[in-house]
Amino acid sequence: MMLSEQIIPLFVVIPLAGAFLISLLGKKVKLLPDMLGVLAGLILCILSILSVRLYNASGALTYSVGAWRSPIGIEMVLDGLSVFMLVTVNLVAFCIALYAVNYMEKFTAKWKFYTLFLLMLAGMNGVVITGDMFNLFVFLEIAAVASYALVAFGTERQELEAAFKYAVMGTVGSSFILLGIVMLYSYTSTLNMADMNSVLLQKGAGSLILFVSVLFLMGFGLKAALVPFHAWLPDAHPSAPAPISAMLSGVLIKALGVYALARIFYNVLGVSEQLSSILLFLGTLSMVVGGILALGQWDFKRLLAYSSISQVGYIILGLGLGTPLGILGALFHLFNHSVFKSLLFLNSGAVEYATDTRDLRKMGGLSQKMPLTSTTNFLASMSIAGIPPFSGFWSKLLIIVAACRAEKFGYAFWAVLVSILTLAMYLKVIKFAFLGSLKDSLTRVKEVPLFMKLSMAMLALICLVGGVLLLPNLYGAFLQKASQILLLGAEYGAIFIKG
Amino acid sequence: MSKEHQAGMSLIVKTITRLTVGLILLYGIYILLHGHISPGGGFAGGVIVALSFIHLMLAYGKEMAFKKLSKGAASFLESGGAIMFLLIALSGFSGGYFFLNFINKGEPFRLFSAGIIPLCNIAISFKVGAGLFAIFVALVLLKTNSKEKER
Repeated sequence: MMLSEQIIPLFVVIPLAGAFLISLLGKKVKLLPDMLGVLAGLILCILSILSVRLYNASGALTYSVGAWRSPIGIEMVLDGLSVFMLVTVNLVAFCIALYAVNYMEKFTAKWKFYTLFLLMLAGMNGVVITGDMFNLFVFLEIAAVASYALVAFGTERQELEAAFKYAVMGTVGSSFILLGIVMLYSYTSTLNMADMNSVLLQKGAGSLILFVSVLFLMGFGLKAALVPFHAWLPDAHPSAPAPISAMLSGVLIKALGVYALARIFYNVLGVSEQLSSILLFLGTLSMVVGGILALGQWDFKRLLAYSSISQVGYIILGLGLGTPLGILGALFHLFNHSVFKSLLFLNSGAVEYATDTRDLRKMGGLSQKMPLTSTTNFLASMSIAGIPPFSGFWSKLLIIVAACRAEKFGYAFWAVLVSILTLAMYLKVIKFAFLGSLKDSLTRVKEVPLFMKLSMAMLALICLVGGVLLLPNLYGAFLQKASQILLLGAEYGAIFIKG
Repeated sequence: MSKEHQAGMSLIVKTITRLTVGLILLYGIYILLHGHISPGGGFAGGVIVALSFIHLMLAYGKEMAFKKLSKGAASFLESGGAIMFLLIALSGFSGGYFFLNFINKGEPFRLFSAGIIPLCNIAISFKVGAGLFAIFVALVLLKTNSKEKER
C-alpha cells in the first residue's frame, strides 16, 4: 500500500498541477476546467480523509523536501492539527468546486476562476502542511494573492474597490508577519518550527519575543479578521463570487489566520498569561462587535460576512482559554463554522443566481420556489445559532462550558448573549428571504441547477450530523488528536527532534 | 521613411534600441544559464529577458513587440514554465523524494553541473519573463483602453 508519508507533498502538488494545466489548456478545451477543478477537489478530499487513518496508524510524520535533512531543508509535517485542518479545507473546497460548475457559468472566464481557485487551495494546504516558518509565509502569500484576484473577479467598480482595499490591508498584514519571521530567524538561527521551538526553550524568551508576538498578533489577526483589524472583510467577502465568498469566509481566514496563529503561538513561541488574556479580549470583542454590526445589515452576503467576524471571535475565545476543553471547543467550532458558513454563502449565491439580488428587502417567500435552498439555509442557520441537535450547538456549548470551568463567567455570558444575537440575525434572513408571501417580481424564480443543489445538500448533511464527531470512536481519531497537538504547547519541538 | 518609423519613439532611441536589444537578451540568457555558479539565476535572468522585449515595445510600439512575442505565446510560456518547474520537482520522486536533485551533480563551478538547478532556473525564467512581459502588456493595453474611453 502506498499510503505513507509520500502523500504529504501531494496536498500541494495536485492543486498546483491542476492550476497550471487549466491555465495552459483551459482556454481551448471547454470542459477541462470544470473536470480538473472538481477532480482535484475530490482527490484532495479523499487524500485528506486517508491522512486521518494514516496519522492514527503511525503518528506524526515528517517529509523532507528534496531529501535535505530537517533543520536545514524544508520540512512538511503531518500531525493531528494539520490533519484536522486538511480535512476541513479540502472537504469544503470540494463542495465549493462542485458548486462552481454551475454557478460560474454566468462569468466569462471560467478557466481563470479555476486556476486561481486551485492556486488558493494549494496555498492553504501548503500553510497547513508546512513545518517551516518561511515556507509558511510563502504559501500564505500564494493563497492571499490568489484571493485578492478572486475578490476582484467580477471587475465591477465595487468589487475592484473591495479587492484593492483587501490587497493593501492584506499586504500590510503580510509584511508584519514577514518582519516577525525575520526577527525570529535572527534570534534563533533556524526556520524549522520544531527546531525553533527547542532553541527558544533553551535560550529563553527575551523581550524580542514579546515584540514578535505583537507583530504576529497584528499580522495573523488581520488575516483572521479579528475586530480591530477586520475592516477589509465586510467589503471583500461579499464582493467575490459566491463560491469564493464561501471559500474565503469558510476556510481562508481560518487556514491563514486562526490556524497559523494557533500553531505559532502554541507550538513555537509558547502561550503566556498576557497573550491568552489578549486573545480572550480580542475574541470577545470580535464576537460582540461582529454580531451587533451583522444585525443591521440588509445585504445578505454582507450580513454573513459580519457574522463570520463574530464566529471567528468564538474560536479565538476558545483558544485564549487555553484549557483542553476550550481548545477542543475552538477547533470543533472552527470545523463547524467552515461547513455552515460556506453553506450559508452558497445559499446566498443560489438566491443571487435565481433572483439577481442580494438585498433582503427585495426577497420574500422564496421557500415556495426554492425548497432545497431554503431547507439547507434553515439547517445552516440553526446550526450557526447553536440550536440543538445541530453541530454548532455542541461546539458553542463546549466553549461556554470551558469558559465557566475556567471561572471566566463574564466571557461565558458574552458568548451566550452573542449566540442569541446570532439567532436573531439568522431569523431575520429566514423571515425576509424565505418566509412570507412571494413578491410579484419573484414569481418566475426557479430552483438552482443540479450541482449547486448537490453541494449544498452535502454541506447541510454535515451540519446536521456534525455532532457525531464527539462520539467516542471518531472523537479519539480526529478532534482529540488535533487538540492534543496544541496542548503540547512548548514541548512540541521535542516530538520531532530525533537526533 | 520605412514603416517602422511610424510608431514609437524618435530615430535615436530606435537606433540605440536596435543595437542594444540583442545584447540585453543575450545578457539575460547568460545570467540565467550561469545562475548556479555566479550571482543571478532564473528570476534575474527572466527579468532581463523580459526587459529586452519591453525595451522593444517602448521604442517601436506594441505591434512590433507582439510580432516577436505574441500575447498567446507569453501566456503559454508562463504556464509552461510553471508546469516545467513542477515536472522537474515531481521527477524527483524517481529517487524517492519530492524535489530531489536526482541528476548527477558533476564538478562544481562548471556550466554543466549542479543537477536539476540549471533546469529549474530555465523554468523559472520562462515563468518570470513571460509573466513580467504579460504584466507590462496588461498595463499598456489598459492605458490605451482608458484613453479610447475618454475620447
